[in-house]
Amino acid sequence: MLNDPAASIIRKKSWDDYVLLVLRSPRIARRARPGQFLMVRVSDRPYPLLRRPLSIHARERDTIEIFFTRAGLGTDILAEKKTGDTLDIIGPLGKGFSISRGLHGKTVGLVGGGRGIAPLYFLAKELRAKCVRPRVFYGGKTENDVPLLQKFARLKIGVFVSTDDGSAGFSGFVSAMLEKELDRAAPPAQIYACGPDPMMRRVAEAAAARRIPAQLSLEAVMGCGIGACWGCVKKIRRGETAEWVKICEEGPVFEASEIIWEEK
Amino acid sequence: MKKAKRSDLSIDLGFLKLRNPVIAASGTFGYGLEFKPFLDLDRLGAIVVKGLYLDPRPGNPPPRLAESASGLINAIGLQGIGVRAFYDKILPQLEDLKTPLIVNVCGNTDEEYAAVIEFLNKDGRIDAYELNISCPNVEKGGRCPALSPDHTFSLVKLARETSRKPLITKLSPNVTDIVSVARAAEEAGSDAVSLINTLLAMAVDVETRRPRLANTLGGLSGPAIRPIALRMVYQVAAALQIPVIGMGGIMTGRDALEFLIVGARAVEVGTANFIDPGASLRIVKEIQGYCREKSIDKVRDIIGTLRTDNG
Repeated sequence: MLNDPAASIIRKKSWDDYVLLVLRSPRIARRARPGQFLMVRVSDRPYPLLRRPLSIHARERDTIEIFFTRAGLGTDILAEKKTGDTLDIIGPLGKGFSISRGLHGKTVGLVGGGRGIAPLYFLAKELRAKCVRPRVFYGGKTENDVPLLQKFARLKIGVFVSTDDGSAGFSGFVSAMLEKELDRAAPPAQIYACGPDPMMRRVAEAAAARRIPAQLSLEAVMGCGIGACWGCVKKIRRGETAEWVKICEEGPVFEASEIIWEEK
Repeated sequence: MKKAKRSDLSIDLGFLKLRNPVIAASGTFGYGLEFKPFLDLDRLGAIVVKGLYLDPRPGNPPPRLAESASGLINAIGLQGIGVRAFYDKILPQLEDLKTPLIVNVCGNTDEEYAAVIEFLNKDGRIDAYELNISCPNVEKGGRCPALSPDHTFSLVKLARETSRKPLITKLSPNVTDIVSVARAAEEAGSDAVSLINTLLAMAVDVETRRPRLANTLGGLSGPAIRPIALRMVYQVAAALQIPVIGMGGIMTGRDALEFLIVGARAVEVGTANFIDPGASLRIVKEIQGYCREKSIDKVRDIIGTLRTDNG
């Protein structure tokens, strides 16, 4: 992990609530793997105080991309940044998705809800490079909530779209669309997912019921991102016991089977 | 142009010599190792590792953090690996460290504090203990020792009798009269006091009307608390003979200098480590820069030099 105090924004693209920033940070780009994240300082003032954790959306030789939505004070400030501005970032952090050798030549499912789609683009490209065939399940609240459709289409990857209000694609949750597809076609060898906790829980249940291994990238409020504050924890199975495990350090990607969800 | 001479930043606490007055604060610096990628640990004044109980502690359920204006409220619940795992797994990795190592000692009961100290006494690497007297005490209905001068006195006395190393007592700001608690620690034989720990606080999500922390209450840290911390350090430094280590929302060298000027012999840097993992070392450099600029040869010469006259 490195601290790049001045990663310059070389390109920016905005949709309604979504923003994509392309950052020039060669040393971090070189080390980045899908599923890892950055801690981004949005301001050098004391409020908001903490850095914001953002997953790495894409990587080229010298650049990394972040894709996020305005979700509060921190991301609002970040969304106002312009091309040419610089950001103080730390990364790449955490353990990313793992791609087992056994997946060579096989089909896998990538399930993203809302801004949770962010790390799955990087993952999709990496999978393709390793001769694994990704199929993407992309869900949002409305048709304005799935702005990356064309970007995936340009990779010539099959994308199934769902919206909660039915304004585009399947009408309903992305987890419901996933279940329908799992029952219709040959099941994928592996599922990777990122999105809000309720979605992830349904994906985990759908995968477990069909004995499909699933890796979930969890979201959390983080104090530091480097394992020092112990603020971002999830209950994780460790053999016979369970403990609060730091998402930043041992995650953000966990096997679905090791995650213990809170009582509903 | 001739380069200005480097100022002497060294500090003598009496029981411990520091190369500079900047110490990484307990609970914000992990076990030290987490920060190796970001700074040279040997260039810090000292390191205080995360609080240790005798046994591993599970900690509180999430959410454990709530950000507030210029501050952070946390309710981690002192999750930790326990003193044995620290001794077996972490200490060997800190063997080569040249910086003084201070261990923050916790306990559910007074006896547990003593047991942790006794366990660590045999180690030669640890330079001092920082007694975290803000732990909920199970024999006192969850009230922590720091809330009462009497309990502070009896606990520090027990720790003093058990300890073969210097003892720093870390005070809580959640009291009416911090000076009386500080005096109790001094009278019981503490070698120094450090202050302040976090301020008891809370935050509510008005959409759900739920507390933003699973634990409802948490401890506020960060720049928001600095003026309160500074006031308390000023009061305690004026009343005590033993060294005072100041902390609370220090983000920059100038923040640290405020504490030195009101009488702190050294400072601890806490929450700043989360935002900027290199903060402690940056603060050392900023203090060095200030001293050079003002032609101050030795940083210790500015300790307790607050001017209150009208000149």
